[in-house]
Order: sequence, then structure tokens, then C-alpha cells
Amino acid sequence: MDFPLTSRASAPNSTRIMASLFTPNSQTYDLPDPLPLDGGQSLEGVRIAFETYGALNDARDNAILICHATTGDQYVASPHPITGKPGWWSKMVGPGKPIDTDRFYVICPNVLGSCMGTTGPGSLAPDGQPYGLRFPVITIRDMVRAHMALLDHLGVERLYAVVGGSMGGMQALSLSIHWPERVARVLLLATTAVMPVQNIAFQEVGRQAIMADPDWQGGAYYGSGRAPDAGLAVARMAAHITYLSEETLSEKFGRRLQDRDAKSFGFGADFQVESYLRYQGSSFTGRFDANSYLYITRAMSYFDVVDERFGPGHNARLSEAFAGVTARFCVVSFDTDWLYPTAESRKIAHAVNAAGAPVSFMELAAPFGHDSFLLDVPALDRVITGFLSR
Amino acid sequence: MNRIMAKLRPDLAVIAGHVAAGAKVLDVGCGDGTLMAALRDERGCDVRGLEIDPHNVAECVGQGLSAIQGDADTDLALYPDASFDYAILSQTLQTTKRPDMVLEELLRIGRRAFVSFPNFGHWRVRSDLLWRGRMPVTRLLPVGWYETPNIHHLTIADFRDLVAQRGLKVEGAWYLNGDSLISPAMANWRAEHAVYLLARY
Repeated sequence: MDFPLTSRASAPNSTRIMASLFTPNSQTYDLPDPLPLDGGQSLEGVRIAFETYGALNDARDNAILICHATTGDQYVASPHPITGKPGWWSKMVGPGKPIDTDRFYVICPNVLGSCMGTTGPGSLAPDGQPYGLRFPVITIRDMVRAHMALLDHLGVERLYAVVGGSMGGMQALSLSIHWPERVARVLLLATTAVMPVQNIAFQEVGRQAIMADPDWQGGAYYGSGRAPDAGLAVARMAAHITYLSEETLSEKFGRRLQDRDAKSFGFGADFQVESYLRYQGSSFTGRFDANSYLYITRAMSYFDVVDERFGPGHNARLSEAFAGVTARFCVVSFDTDWLYPTAESRKIAHAVNAAGAPVSFMELAAPFGHDSFLLDVPALDRVITGFLSR
Repeated sequence: MNRIMAKLRPDLAVIAGHVAAGAKVLDVGCGDGTLMAALRDERGCDVRGLEIDPHNVAECVGQGLSAIQGDADTDLALYPDASFDYAILSQTLQTTKRPDMVLEELLRIGRRAFVSFPNFGHWRVRSDLLWRGRMPVTRLLPVGWYETPNIHHLTIADFRDLVAQRGLKVEGAWYLNGDSLISPAMANWRAEHAVYLLARY
């Protein structure tokens, strides 16, 4: 494959599979049957790329499913095959860590619609051409449906726990409501039961940035030698701001200038924060596919777990969506997270409580905004260890 | 009373000793989960907690208990009617903004309510005020007036008045001095602590 580095994320899946040979427990599973989708269609030939850590015990009751966030991937505790960076949650997952792989069998699949080996808009359709925008619009529940097919394949009938932050939390929530008999514990971090309107708005900005890039070509850019990297980078820059807190920005960058003593009276990256965002944007294009970004953010903006359960036009309350749910829940928010604020987590906690299932909820103090769940927050380590301990 | 319960704070031991086995219990102001753990492990209760301090909530989660971080003054409204056999409020009534409303909420959510509070009518408190002219700082009220979380001090007599005024039924009352139960005689002078079991008529 002779794609330039910047459009590597838009390369077909075969490169990814080669790349994933870096880690010994990378696997793929090809679904034998078409996957039914909430949009009414079904998807044939779905492949799920996933990582596992630890071993399933004889009783098959020690499996933990980790659901990744919007632009996350299955490399939760193994090096990323493209960037070479350590797994995105390697501080949390591993031998002796809060999600202890000596005790638990940890499964982390790449979500449907993504670009790290699981079928998405960059994959080949049955006609041998990349899907592009012919890929059906999917939902969070569709992602979970794919996870459940994977669990069937792995022989996991009932999860010890499902764990997820942000979009991962949405999947965990959806799983707990639609497949209640298949999970004993649900750990939700910095997430929501209904996508807040402010987040829908931010995500629309991101999608429009991608679609405004002439290299997007209506989504049919695969193999053209051009990819909407500029648009995707802008989408990432805008989103990245929402993941941080003002405190982090002030502390990390303030109004400091980048490698210069005075303002340039031009449009270069005068400020450190500008330079940082440009770097975040451009490095993102090296590992992520623009169309996947469109599909995954669409699924998130559609997310409303009450809608998922009762269909459109219902009058049901959130607590009714949890009727019949028996799993034990732990819901955690962070005080500086303004993207998925504490109020959303509190709503989940009280709805679960009103439905009668056991639930814990706490807002932890952490300076890093929405990204806190991924960063060094010792109190979170203790909560996760404690919640999973019994 | 068995070993674990013997280690409980005296008012909690009284409560734990009188909760029916297997009951569904909400502990409002559950702290680090000591009472919840005793009720779960010794009485087989299904226990949930509400607690304002996130570190305490984390402590509960670590013991496999379920606690929600929240404020008794505002968050009790989010609990459905009659969803618990008992609602427990131990050493928390005097810290709430509207103790009367909290009491009403407890008996909306729970069929019965245990309430324990430090008695501001105890003779040592009265003598501090009378002879020293100072807000008392005692073993059970250890913090100075300007930083105490106790914003609504009350005596046993005050509590009895409120209960009568609201038409609530007293199903049990226990008075404590130090670690010992004492007789109800002159309780408002002699008791450091009171525990009430309330219900609606």
C-alpha cells in the first residue's frame, strides 16, 4: 500500500490487519450472519477486530467488556499499531491494575463503523468497492449488537462487568438495558443516557468541517490519493477543546506564545494553544478515517436510551428504561467535565435507583475536564478497584 | 447483639438492632458505609446510601455497597414513594437546611424512619451556655460555632414537639448517654443522644 502517511487511516482493512500483528492477542471475528441495524437495514460480512487480555476461567464468569470512546480503539492496553503509543487505558488495565488481567478476561472490540479493523465506511462492500457513504447510518445499540455477537463467539454468556467512558459508557448503558441478563456490573464514566443538545451541536461542527473539505469528495475519497485531512483535523481541534477544561488550558498554555517573543501580526500559530491544537488535529488524521468520524458522531448524536427502548414518540421517563435491569451500577462524573456534566450522570443514577437496581454515583474532583477518565485520577483507580472487587 | 454490631457507634447499634431482617433500607447520610455494611452482612438487608462526601461514597463502593453522592436537602425528592421499608437519618437531621421537610421526605420514601440526633438539651450543654455564656463544644458537638455543620441544633423536647405537630407516630425511642442506653426519665436533661423510630398513622 503506497498511501502517504496522512491518509493511512483511509487505507482498506488489510493494512490494519498486518499492522495489528504487533500484538499477540489481536484477533478478528467475521460474523456468520448479517447484522440487523436500528435503521432497518442489515449489514453483511461484518468483521470485528478486538483485543483480549487475561484468560476466561472455567466458569466463564470473569469476562469484562471494555467499550471504547468516539475515536478510541481496541488497543486498550497494547501499543497502538500506527502511533506506537501505549494503549489508551494501560494505566487501568493490566496485571495488578484496577482492571486486573490476572483475575479478569478483558475484551475490547473496535466499534462498528470505526477504522481499526472492524467493518466501517472504509471497508469493502460486497461489490468490492469501499462503502463510503453507502455504509448505513448506525446507532450505539448497533455497536452493542456487534459486541454481543462477539461475546457469543467467545463463549461469554454473562459478563462480570461492562465498562465504558464517554461513548463507551453509552454502549455499556445500552447493553445493560437491552441485554440485562448478560451483565452483572455496569461501570459508567463521564457519560450520558441522552446526548445533550450542546454535544449534538459540537459534533455537527466537526462533521461540517469534514464535508466542507473538497478532498472529502462526497465520502468517495478512498483510493483517490486525496483524503479530507484538513477537514478532519479541524473537526478534531474543535472536539479536542471540549475534552479539556479551562483550568487545563490555562495551566498548560495560558496566553504564552509559541517559539517567539512577540505576536507575529500574521496567522501562524502564535499561541502555544494554537500550535498544540494544530498538532492534535494533524496527528489525528494519521490514525483515523474521516468517514468513520461522521458515522460514529452521528450514532452518538442519535443516542437516547429511552428512545432506544420505547421507540420514537414515547412518553416514558428515564427510570422506566431501566425496568427489569438487575445489574449493579457505578456511575462516575468529574467536576471539570463540561461536555458530559455531572447532572447527566446524576440523572442516570437516580433513574437506576428509582427502577430498583443497586447503584452508586459520585462526582470526583479532577482538573482535566472530560478527559479525566483517561488520565491520572487516583480516586478513580480506587473506585474501579473497589467496584470490581466483589 | 453480635460482634460486628457491637463495634458500631451506639446510636447505629440501636438502629441496626431494630431493623427487620431482609428489609429494604435507605441510609441518608450513610458516611463510609459502616451501618450499611452491618445491615447487609448481619441482617441480610438490601441497603442503599445517600452521602454528600464523594470520598465516603468511594469508601462505600469499595465495600461493594451502593451509595449515591447527593444532598439530603435536595436529592430525597428524586426517590419514589414508599420505595424502602426504612429510611435512616443518623446524626444528620441537625445539618439539614429544613429538618422538618427532610423528616416528611423520609416518611414518604420509607414506610418507617429511624432518626438519631445529638441532644442540645443535655445538662452539660445547658451548663456551658448558662455558666460560660458560650456555645458548647462537647464530645458529641466537637466543633466551634463558626465551622460546625450543625446548623439546626435541637433538643429532645423540640423533636417531640415537631413529631406531634406533624402528626407522626413514635414507634420507638432510645436515649443514650455515652455508650449506654438510659431510661426515658428526664431524657432531655440526661441523654447526649436520642434515636427515634417514626411512622405515619
